[in-house]
Amino acid sequence: MNHDFSKLPEIFDRYSRNPESLIAVLQDIQQEYHYLPCEALQETAKNLSVPLSKVFSVSTFYNAFSLTPRGKKIIRICKGTACHIRGAYQLQHQFETMLGIKAGETSKDLKYTLEVVNCVGACAMAPVVIVDEKYHGSVDVSNVKRLIKRG
Amino acid sequence: MRIESVEQLRKLEKKYRGETESHPVRVHICYGPGCLANGAQEIGDRFRKVIKEKKLKNFKVEAIKETGCHGFCERGPLVVLEPEGTFYTKVKVKDVEAIVEKSLGKSEIIESLLYTNPADDKKIQRYKDIPFYAHQKRIALRNLGQIDQTSLHDYIAAGGYQGLAKALTAMNPNKVIKEVELSGIRGRGGGGFATGRKWATCAKIESDVRYVVCNGDEGDPGAFMDRAIMEGDPHTVLEGMIICAYAVGSTQGYVYVRDEYPLAVVHLQKAIEDAEAVGLIGENILGTGFSFHIAISRGAGAFVCGESSALMRSVAGEVGEPRAKYIRSVVKGLKDKPTVLNNVETFACIPVILSEGGKAFSKIGTPKSTGTKAFSLVGKIENTGLIEVPMGTTLREIIYNIGGGIKDGKPFKAVQTGGPSGGCLPESKLDLPVDFDTLTEAGSMMGSGGMIVMDDATCVVDVARYFLSFLVEESCGKCVPCREGLYQLHQSAVRICEGKGTDDDLEIMQHLSDMIVIGSLCGLGTSGPNPFLSTIRYFRDEYEAHIKEKKCPAGVCTALITYIITDRCTGCLACIPACATDAITGKKGQVHQLAQDKCDRCGACYAVCKYDAIEIH
Repeated sequence: MNHDFSKLPEIFDRYSRNPESLIAVLQDIQQEYHYLPCEALQETAKNLSVPLSKVFSVSTFYNAFSLTPRGKKIIRICKGTACHIRGAYQLQHQFETMLGIKAGETSKDLKYTLEVVNCVGACAMAPVVIVDEKYHGSVDVSNVKRLIKRG
Repeated sequence: MRIESVEQLRKLEKKYRGETESHPVRVHICYGPGCLANGAQEIGDRFRKVIKEKKLKNFKVEAIKETGCHGFCERGPLVVLEPEGTFYTKVKVKDVEAIVEKSLGKSEIIESLLYTNPADDKKIQRYKDIPFYAHQKRIALRNLGQIDQTSLHDYIAAGGYQGLAKALTAMNPNKVIKEVELSGIRGRGGGGFATGRKWATCAKIESDVRYVVCNGDEGDPGAFMDRAIMEGDPHTVLEGMIICAYAVGSTQGYVYVRDEYPLAVVHLQKAIEDAEAVGLIGENILGTGFSFHIAISRGAGAFVCGESSALMRSVAGEVGEPRAKYIRSVVKGLKDKPTVLNNVETFACIPVILSEGGKAFSKIGTPKSTGTKAFSLVGKIENTGLIEVPMGTTLREIIYNIGGGIKDGKPFKAVQTGGPSGGCLPESKLDLPVDFDTLTEAGSMMGSGGMIVMDDATCVVDVARYFLSFLVEESCGKCVPCREGLYQLHQSAVRICEGKGTDDDLEIMQHLSDMIVIGSLCGLGTSGPNPFLSTIRYFRDEYEAHIKEKKCPAGVCTALITYIITDRCTGCLACIPACATDAITGKKGQVHQLAQDKCDRCGACYAVCKYDAIEIH
């Protein structure tokens, strides 16, 4: 995939190329490209003066980072306890069946990414599904089709 | 404008309070996560528009406050008219015009928006009279719902930064520590370690640099107290940190906020900038010569980073793996320097301890667990929401008096506290007082404050499996007992849920649990088997039903249940498109058929059926 990497120096400068800012730099890169492209990781290693192996280990350790491109529409199912006992498992199953992908995967046409998150702290409205940053509360399996289509 | 002295801060408090009180009515719109998702933003926008159009005389737009989580999420979106406390629930955008016209224009109450007490079907006007609020006592959450969430003006008007002013001018650092020790406060993050003692240890160690870190990595699923505080009252967290910094002699602090809380980062960032602009953070605070800086450090989605040594490595840009703590982080913490790490809620209590005195705080709660504790009351409960009660309140009081009992009047089964490290307690334990030591003795723990209520349609074996799968995912993998032990525990739990479990499984699980507790490196592992240990202790019969009878009494474990369409089916066709595997067929007006070989037991038909025609067997 071709990306415009001209924004990277600005991100590195934002944190004075400080090695301790590695996580923050990777977060900003992910914000920009929606995932962590390989070239960007190499540039990060060079500019922050940290070994590429460390950049790789940090970007695979934390759940927030993705090393593969993500879809246009990102559907996140909250799997917190409150959501779990109010049916998040059934929701996940329904999304997986309807989208034909498993949680953590992106559809081949790069339209959808399905993710599960541990708890988004909106337990009062469980179960919660977040479609492109918009929270949907008290979701049940009959809403899944609509959420996929319109979000 | 810089606030150069304590006298100036006092004058400002008076002035700002006067400004707030000059509004005859203030409209407090709850912008907590629950209300926001239900349209609070649109309601706020509508209020501003309608007020502009109607040209109300005695009402200024500044009297509209976007507050933090008011607590009663179940009834949101909430709009509260202060100072009267008139409490409008489930407000919709279309109600705004009537509220402006009647309640703001003519001081009339709109009955239909008031809360109805289920006990006697009577309407209650003021929120303080509603049982949900009447049984609470708020310290850490004192400003939530009361002030505009990011306004320094409002925080100062509510007496904010007075605790800091008192500490900086009337007390030396040692006296501040003594005051915190006197309060008896213990860490609200779950550990329950005495905060005053932690500060005293840190202050005594010889070092050129010391750090103060706030743990905002609220990773326990089912908990959102810290999120609510960071978003709804960020200044109280900062004030608590500055007081701590003065007490232990630190000049640099960090707030570690988990990745899933982007709004908390925005609000804290604004609060830090506002406080810096007036000289409450930075160099020469309040003209006293004391300096302290605060930066935000964002997490990136790792539960283990709530553990102290893992968190500190994450702040330094490393992989968040814990280390063995022969030397505690208060001695050798962030960048190997002495570090005080406290939880958001702990810091939120500190300003009150300073301004009201440690003694007053110590009188609340129980002798060994002083003060109050915030809980997120969620799950199968009538009044879902955010609450704060004195320590020592019983689980029954919380669940029935405040929570209003189990949803839809169903039977209570268990209450889960303490997150993945905690446990499930049965009905027989409901009269236990909630404090650090009692819950631990009963096999659960206080934890950070998630309280998840379960009814008879919740399978505790499935809950144990759920927590174990959570912990397997989140184990950092550094030590073998946690990485491999929890994995095997989870495998056994899965087998039992699938009806393939044997008696051996339970024995192996018990044995493995003991090993994991003894051998793991950090708290994630040592408390990891708790979800299993507490459920087997109180709900052994349910495990046995899965193993011996191959039945899931709660009707949850999909391998052990079947959905059946009964003759109550009216033939409404609703379940046919809902079924993702095309297992249901039928014609309008005729009882539908469900092909068991195609059914994957997702429960979609059960959820859409309006006639209770589908049963779980």
